[in-house]
Amino acid sequence: MTSHVDDANRRDFLVVAGNAFAAVGAASLIWPFVQQMNPDASAKAMASTEVDLAPVKEGQAITIMWRGKPVFVRNRTKEEVATAVEVKLTELPDEEARNGALPEATPATDANRTKQGHENWIVMVGICTHLGCIPKGQSMNDAKGDFGGWFCPCHGSHYDTSGRIRKGPAPRNLEVPPYEFVSDTKIKIG
Amino acid sequence: MTTMKRRLTSTLVAASAAALLASSPATASSEAHGPEITRQQWSFGGFRGQYDQAQLQRGFQIYKEVCSACHGLSRVYFRNLVQPGGPGFPEESVKALAAEWPNQITDGPNDEGQMFERPARLADPIRGPYKNEKEARAAQNGAYPPDLSLIAKARGVERNPSWWTHPFLMLGDIFASYQEGGADYLTALMTGYVDPPADVKVNDGMYYNTAFPGHQLAMPSPLSADAVPYSDGTKTTVENYAKDVSAFLSWAADPTLDQRKRMGWQVMLYLFVTTVLLYLGKRRVWSKIKH
Amino acid sequence: MSGHTSSYEPTSRWGKWWDERLPIPRMMHGQFVAFPTPRNLNYLWTFGGILMFCLIAQIITGIVLAMHYQSSDVLAFNSVEHIRRDVNFGWLIRNMHAVGASMFFIAVYIHIFRGLYYGSYKAPREVLWILGVIILLAMMATAFLGYTLPWGQMSFWGVTVITNLFSALDTIYTGLGTAIVEWLWGGYSVSGVTLNRFFSLHYLLPFVLTGIVILHIWALHVSGQNNPTGLDIKEPSESVPMHPYATSKDIVGMFAFLILFAWFVFFLPDYLGHPDNYTEANPLVTPPHIVPEWYFLPFYAILRAFTGSFLGIPLGSFAKLFGVLAMFAAVLILAFAPWLDTSRVRSAKYRPLFKWAFWAFAFTCVALGYLGSKPAEGVYVMWAQIFTVLYFLFFLVAMPVLGLIETPKKLPRSINEAVLGPDAAAAKH
Repeated sequence: MTSHVDDANRRDFLVVAGNAFAAVGAASLIWPFVQQMNPDASAKAMASTEVDLAPVKEGQAITIMWRGKPVFVRNRTKEEVATAVEVKLTELPDEEARNGALPEATPATDANRTKQGHENWIVMVGICTHLGCIPKGQSMNDAKGDFGGWFCPCHGSHYDTSGRIRKGPAPRNLEVPPYEFVSDTKIKIG
Repeated sequence: MTTMKRRLTSTLVAASAAALLASSPATASSEAHGPEITRQQWSFGGFRGQYDQAQLQRGFQIYKEVCSACHGLSRVYFRNLVQPGGPGFPEESVKALAAEWPNQITDGPNDEGQMFERPARLADPIRGPYKNEKEARAAQNGAYPPDLSLIAKARGVERNPSWWTHPFLMLGDIFASYQEGGADYLTALMTGYVDPPADVKVNDGMYYNTAFPGHQLAMPSPLSADAVPYSDGTKTTVENYAKDVSAFLSWAADPTLDQRKRMGWQVMLYLFVTTVLLYLGKRRVWSKIKH
Repeated sequence: MSGHTSSYEPTSRWGKWWDERLPIPRMMHGQFVAFPTPRNLNYLWTFGGILMFCLIAQIITGIVLAMHYQSSDVLAFNSVEHIRRDVNFGWLIRNMHAVGASMFFIAVYIHIFRGLYYGSYKAPREVLWILGVIILLAMMATAFLGYTLPWGQMSFWGVTVITNLFSALDTIYTGLGTAIVEWLWGGYSVSGVTLNRFFSLHYLLPFVLTGIVILHIWALHVSGQNNPTGLDIKEPSESVPMHPYATSKDIVGMFAFLILFAWFVFFLPDYLGHPDNYTEANPLVTPPHIVPEWYFLPFYAILRAFTGSFLGIPLGSFAKLFGVLAMFAAVLILAFAPWLDTSRVRSAKYRPLFKWAFWAFAFTCVALGYLGSKPAEGVYVMWAQIFTVLYFLFFLVAMPVLGLIETPKKLPRSINEAVLGPDAAAAKH
């Protein structure tokens, strides 16, 4: 026989169909191998955390872990709440509330970043929206930045007492995770 | 604790374990034939079978009201009881079940630095009554009730056919896709408590069982008729109890069976069609060449 | 690489650009497209491609499992359960890897027996064959190391028993065996330290294996494939280009094999394993009956055939050492087949006596496998000893002697004559 490939054979319907089936099978095998890297069932099940707020006095803050991320919970003083409420939206680099429980494009008022009746509590994912560092400001003697809230030392982002970006390279306000008050002194995040 | 340390620190346990072994399962292999285990019909048996949700629910009820007094199920999480392909209880009732589960979860340390017990949640394992093996042995006269999460996979049925029937039986099992040895064994074990034959002396604290290798085990007969009420009209016999809890434990050991077999059929169909197509294509390619 | 010149002509500008710099397309075309393959290969020759698939599948699933596996004695067993239960498609990937090991061995054993039957080990393919034996050894080592990782009872006691084999060297030089065993363990018993290093080596070896496989294929492409007649290719018309001819056949063989593979993955994932490996390793309790995975059973039977005496010959304290040596010799003797076989005819098709010896040998291997799964006591030991002798007789007696005394059947003059019949072959001239 000759060594050249018979073109008619190659284009034969059966040959094409067989090869196409084999190729589709190989391609669909990729799916489980991609999926396996996604969060697994145990990680998804851990997606909510309950926090007891009773020991956190006014002016104090705690950091808790939720989905492997730090969540800032601060019991704000009356003055801190007042300064946060007074800020005009036009002064904010990012005018969206970034609240997981509210739709996008909700204005970033302090009320939209807290829960009604619990305005002294601010709960946010403590990850700088610039490049993912953890801002300072949780502990009493931390630098709190020019606006009395949080300050990210990595690249100098200043957040106010409502966790909104005011100065520096960070593009967005600190994210408010979905959470609810289970009781007056207990919240459930996630 | 490393295995070495464990080995050094518990020579005593080793000695007693060896003594126990000598009297029980190890002797099984020296018998000419192991106990014969009857093969049961299982809804999840063979290559088509899927779990029967109602049976898994009844089986869980048996586990909860009988087995859980001594045995844990720690690789199964409460959330698993909700997921498809399992007992499929409603989420709210499982949440309540978890909150009331007597064996609470050790958590902590709290702000005072203390470990504490808290009610279980969906994401927590189904704990047994003992914190560890030592506590279990102390409470159970030296016997250790094993965790049941994998028991249906960790037990099997050993057959001792003659050498010339062996390959055919193997092929038969492969064609029929027989994987239910564990469930068969567990059913036989739970229904296998009988009075010992006259020539057998049963040791103190041991019970005679036809299915158990060596025939003497430390677990008394766990099931008795009408002990657990069923709400779906299934007869409350020991045999039904045994089968239901064996089915449940099979699910506990292999919770992805339903999905696995369903996907398996799709894959088999695909492979058959593609193999035939490729074969026809190959014939076409070779049609001009005599070979 | 091989004797034929490449007919590759790059058509695109890119093709030409590469061809002048790094002619990989030319090499691939020459070796895997235009490469001449004998026209009379049967489906047993598709197992090379199937094995390539097995190797790649094991490496990919293995890398994925390593993303979720924890190689510590405390966590290993739990992490495998985590993979089975919680990881997305973890059950599928884990089944593919565990069943895949068995499928790899099914394919490699068929591949080896095909080579033995058709005389593929004979000149000029000795190096090709020896590389194959090295691949088999590397596969065995990889499979053994991998079986440790789930850290079940059978994993733990399998490692304990097999690593203890080296202590047989104590009979040669006191303390030598013990020193080696402790070095392997990294302690005075099998422990988490052992597990961790076994995991590391289990990850390494497949890549070594891949390297040897490349050499194996290289050697194959130098000497060319053997074929069912065992005759050399004498003229171009006796071969067909690898693509689309051999490739179209290879892919049919591969998909047929995948049906078997998938059957086990989806419907019998635990059939080839042992229930005891679903119990976490416990250094205080030995399972009543330790058995290795099925693909080691024949060698395990040879190992255990050497008890205090062998067919009535007392062995004394050397029994263990002889057992170990016999087991390794059973694999290594394959490497000497090219020189043990004295026949000038390759294929058993034309060797009436050797054909019988071959099937007797195949039966011996299956029988040893059966005996390896039985407890080493009573009549089983005697049969294991008899079949061990038969195993070695095949290589040491049947191969050299049959080649000298047997009268081969009349060989066809060429592959073409074997395929087309004498008239058609003559007409081709």
